[in-house]
Amino acid sequence: MGRTVAEVIRDTTRHHLTHNHGLFLGQCVTAVGWIGGTVPAMSEAEGIVELSLADVTNAGIAVGAALAGRRPIYTVRYQGFMWYNAAPIVNYAAKSKDVWGVPCPVFLRAIAMEGNGIGPVASASQHGLIMRMPGMPVCAPMSPNEWTEAWNWFMRHDDPLYVSEHRRSFTIDYEFENRIEPEADITLFPISAARLNAVEAAKALRQEGIICNIQHLMWLKPFTVTDEMRGSLSRTKLGLVIDSDFEIGGPSRSMAYDLMHQSGAPVFALGLEDRSAGVAESLDNPTPTPERIVRVIRQLVRSGRNVPAGATIE
Amino acid sequence: MKSELEQRTPAFGLISDVANTFSNDYARKLFAQTCFNHFFEFEVKKAYDRGLMKLPIYLSVGQEHIPAAIASVFADCLIFAQHRAHSVYLSFGGDPRQLIDELLSRPTGCARGMGGSASIHSPEIGMFGHSGLMGDQVPIAVGAALGAGKPVLTVMGDASAEEDYIYGALGFAVTKKLPVLFVCEDNDLSILTRTPVRRSWTLCGLAQGLGLPAVDITDDPWLIAHHVKQFSLQLPAVINIRTCRGLWHAGSGCDGPPEWDRFALIKDTMKMLGLERDALAIESDTERAVQNLWVEQLRKS
Ligand SMILES: Cc1ncc(C[n+]2csc(CCOP(=O)(O)OP(=O)(O)O)c2C)c(N)n1
Ligand SMILES: [Mg+2]
Repeated sequence: MGRTVAEVIRDTTRHHLTHNHGLFLGQCVTAVGWIGGTVPAMSEAEGIVELSLADVTNAGIAVGAALAGRRPIYTVRYQGFMWYNAAPIVNYAAKSKDVWGVPCPVFLRAIAMEGNGIGPVASASQHGLIMRMPGMPVCAPMSPNEWTEAWNWFMRHDDPLYVSEHRRSFTIDYEFENRIEPEADITLFPISAARLNAVEAAKALRQEGIICNIQHLMWLKPFTVTDEMRGSLSRTKLGLVIDSDFEIGGPSRSMAYDLMHQSGAPVFALGLEDRSAGVAESLDNPTPTPERIVRVIRQLVRSGRNVPAGATIE
Repeated sequence: MKSELEQRTPAFGLISDVANTFSNDYARKLFAQTCFNHFFEFEVKKAYDRGLMKLPIYLSVGQEHIPAAIASVFADCLIFAQHRAHSVYLSFGGDPRQLIDELLSRPTGCARGMGGSASIHSPEIGMFGHSGLMGDQVPIAVGAALGAGKPVLTVMGDASAEEDYIYGALGFAVTKKLPVLFVCEDNDLSILTRTPVRRSWTLCGLAQGLGLPAVDITDDPWLIAHHVKQFSLQLPAVINIRTCRGLWHAGSGCDGPPEWDRFALIKDTMKMLGLERDALAIESDTERAVQNLWVEQLRKS
């Protein structure tokens, strides 16, 4: 058994603080489970900095520490808090190199979480918030190797990096593989926690005779449409991007647009619904569930692809 | 009785004879830098009025001596100022030619034309550019102090001091004992809105409530230098400096005489120090030098 994502994050962080003069910044780090076991039990003197609850300030502090060359790992415990944290990140860290030629490498771990009545406050992924502004690559690693790839990219470059994590990834100790089958009906492009749900949905659909190709998406920006993606779409002539962020004005639609233009095949989008989540389980607005994904794919495949591209499906 | 915010006079918080606690040589240097900043800004105005600049400009006329005073006693620091920062850049040794080029939108400008007047910077002097979002430099400065472990100067305006993240930044700096000097150039204006219209509290009251040493003073440069010197040994600390913006918020217009003319008052102090002739010579020499610099730089294409 390999290491879990949480273990990889923890070990990498320890190494960064011990060997790179790095910093780790976050709120309420040293209590309540050390952020899902992703933070090494180290002291402030060793580089774990407990921040106050001033979110906008904190993001600014991370930016300043990056300008000072400390390559901080800045952790936003619930991705919904990015609405406060985004301002210094997109207006300074992401612009610094373009405007002044001064690198500002912040490794921003923004953690999505859902279920358990987390409701309207902090749930969901918010990577679309950052993707729409220039200057900051965005990825959503879900496996140990993917997280390491994100980290290595960060250490090889001098840009800030937005890492859209999902709590459901923390226990994952395996890698994902793209699935391509000659007789597939549709190509799925799932993101973040939607990848787990898409894999489940694909299993269920197979029993009904609907075959799904799966192209797992980890790099959201820049987003490269690979030959494999194009090849798969040219055969299935139908695609669906599934995301754990909101659908309207969100990454799933934006990426579906790229895929559609580069392949000529209709590619649809599925993400969070355009409504506030409630605390009661029945009122939640989670990452598209396997059941919802199954319903949508069934509709797309059975409708003979007559749904106009870009239309809201379901 | 005027509220604390409305107590604005050229003698607010003044320590009598404070200028006498500094040497004459110090006074000459301080005055020379003040003159440099002053005449530089008037050259910007001239060029702007001739239509040579196609961007908003933020002149520090009336406040140009403040960074001169700070730089005279607070060196080897990282600097995070905001949009009205020509004099900060010049006082800490930023290359004036690169600033002129930036204002002329030339690729040889200090920010290659990307920053303009509001977002100047200079890695050579440790000055970081401003994003244009009021006050965001303050938490960033605090983070830089955390990361670099060396003194940091951050300059904000009286309006920027109201941004919610200033409170968080002051609080974090005092909690972690970070070596940050927070300076507020309090010209009593957010563009055209006076401070008492916007708030009832003072920045120093806020800072002191958080446990930071803080003073609220007028903009006499010797007084500023005196407090900066003292505070540099007990950072973090806050200095609110009541000053007068001489020209418009953006652009080069003027709405009438300022509440007080600090440049004239500085010359009075030079006279009081027995340095009247030196001051006259420094003023005319500096004016000529700055003018020549601009002529030369404008000639380049
Ligand atoms: C976050 C933000 N809010 C508002 C503005 C618009 N704005 C630009 S300058 C300014 C006034 C700033 O006043 P102050 O901080 O006192 O500096 P001064 O111009 O007086 O030097 C305002 C409100 C802005 N640029 N950024
Ligand atoms: Mg002001």
